[in-house]
Amino acid sequence: MVENRPWLTFFSHFILLAGVVIVLFPVWVAFVASTHDPRDMLSGVVPLWPGDRFIQNYYEIFVEGMAKAGAPPIGLLMMNSLIMALAIAIGKIAISIISAFAIVYFRFPLRVLFFWLIFITLMLPVEVRILPTFEVTAGLGLLNSYTGLTLPLIASATATFLFRQFYMTIPEELSEAARIDGAGPMKFFRDILLPLSRTNIAGLFVILFIYGWNQYLWPLLVTTDEGYYTIVISIQRMVSVPDSEPLWHVIMATVILAMIPPVLVVVFMQRLFIKGLVETEK
Amino acid sequence: MQTKRITFKAKGLPYLLVAPQLAVTLVFFIWPASQALYQSVLQQDAFGLRTEFVGLANFENLFADPLYLASFKVTMVFSFGTTFLSMGVALMLAVMADRVIKGATGYKTFLIWPYAVAPAVAGVLWWFMFNPTIGVAAYAIRQMGYDWNHTIDGNDALILIIIAAAWKQISYNFLFFLAGLQSIPRSLIEAAAIDGASPFKRFWTIVFPLLSPTSFFLLVVNMVYAFFDTFSVVHATTAGGPGQSTSILVYKVWRDAFESLDLGGSAAQSVILMLIVIALTVIQFRYIERKVEY
Repeated sequence: MVENRPWLTFFSHFILLAGVVIVLFPVWVAFVASTHDPRDMLSGVVPLWPGDRFIQNYYEIFVEGMAKAGAPPIGLLMMNSLIMALAIAIGKIAISIISAFAIVYFRFPLRVLFFWLIFITLMLPVEVRILPTFEVTAGLGLLNSYTGLTLPLIASATATFLFRQFYMTIPEELSEAARIDGAGPMKFFRDILLPLSRTNIAGLFVILFIYGWNQYLWPLLVTTDEGYYTIVISIQRMVSVPDSEPLWHVIMATVILAMIPPVLVVVFMQRLFIKGLVETEK
Repeated sequence: MQTKRITFKAKGLPYLLVAPQLAVTLVFFIWPASQALYQSVLQQDAFGLRTEFVGLANFENLFADPLYLASFKVTMVFSFGTTFLSMGVALMLAVMADRVIKGATGYKTFLIWPYAVAPAVAGVLWWFMFNPTIGVAAYAIRQMGYDWNHTIDGNDALILIIIAAAWKQISYNFLFFLAGLQSIPRSLIEAAAIDGASPFKRFWTIVFPLLSPTSFFLLVVNMVYAFFDTFSVVHATTAGGPGQSTSILVYKVWRDAFESLDLGGSAAQSVILMLIVIALTVIQFRYIERKVEY
């Protein structure tokens, strides 16, 4: 604080509160809608205060399933999302941590070529090569499988860069000492590099978990079997029901459930989240 | 490219270590991308029986197609709208959060969580709020005398997806702006205050120019987000409509490939999108490395 200006401080708090309200309001409306009888919503404007059907509505979608809304059971959807998010996060970290290790700690022919091949993936998001990637995946028989959902997404230039940058900051003396003591490369990797990379891995994991959970285009393409839908995809399927008014209370309850896991991750691992976010963008 | 001065010696091991990443990269990235390049110069007849080499005809058709040009325009309006709306709101909130002492962490927690919300979910949330028959926001706008209906009015629909896409991105911009603000030396601000500069003047003449590296970085990141990560916002809500009014480039490339089955045209669109990403990435790497010196 440079100087005392009570009015300005008051104004700052006011703007911040307004910001928080803008950010929270849509979610509040969704939550309120998920606690009402569907008939309440057909009679004009959505209410702004929670109704009395919180337990009943959520019980309904968990236990009776969402057959009425045209979607598979919610437990299965969340399980699929969880599998996808974990497989992508762990897979990306695993393959990039070892390839970064090879690129930094070894000198071998084609090293620079490999680095550039990995680098190029940064410029090829799924969106620009939708059809051919789909064809390759279909050709390998991976449609409607967990492998097909995750494997094509796990190559990551960002994660490889992050680990490369981090390894470059590790003092030479460590690898020198390891070599003098007769440790082989894999022993050095396991006993020295991995423990040192712990916080980087954790930060990256938080970001990648959210990335995996929120995938949309790719699951939309590779899943036609309802058994492999993720929760985010299922919302779109429910919204676009033909010839009838969408079941808003079910959709909004699903929206809330789809948000809870990644939001909890951000709120409770805030420090790691910010670390991961800042580092993946360097 | 550097390695460590001391490296390990092993014949096959490094290849083994890069193999998984390289395999995924080649099979699911490089090969499909080269296929897109290849297909963009081919054309199939109406029955998919014959394919012939047509050179750049697909690109010529694309740029002669009023629908594609319209989609380009929509994408421009959409990405600039999203970028400026979310960066503007985020900058204002970050400046305020940098000022207050009490409750700063609380505000931060409440402002960053939308990062975790899927773009598709953000789209559906705002779509529900603006639903012409039952939405709260649509009701409020109607009270003000404007008849909001994004299912008929293309401009309304475009505004809707801009708001939804920007809302989700506020938290990201907020975090980076706040970090940028906190790295500005306090002594500069204090010196200006002693010289009698008002808070407003201090912001425009000291803080804002010093934030330019952060702003520039965020500008590029937000453009990439608006161009490529917003397919789901459109697909889950307006589905490109009404008419073609919200059919952004990534949505059109998907629809032409999977619904119109126009392979050559879709591949040509992919190639153009690829050039856009490459341009944005090059800008990011060339100019962001050279940070403005404090």
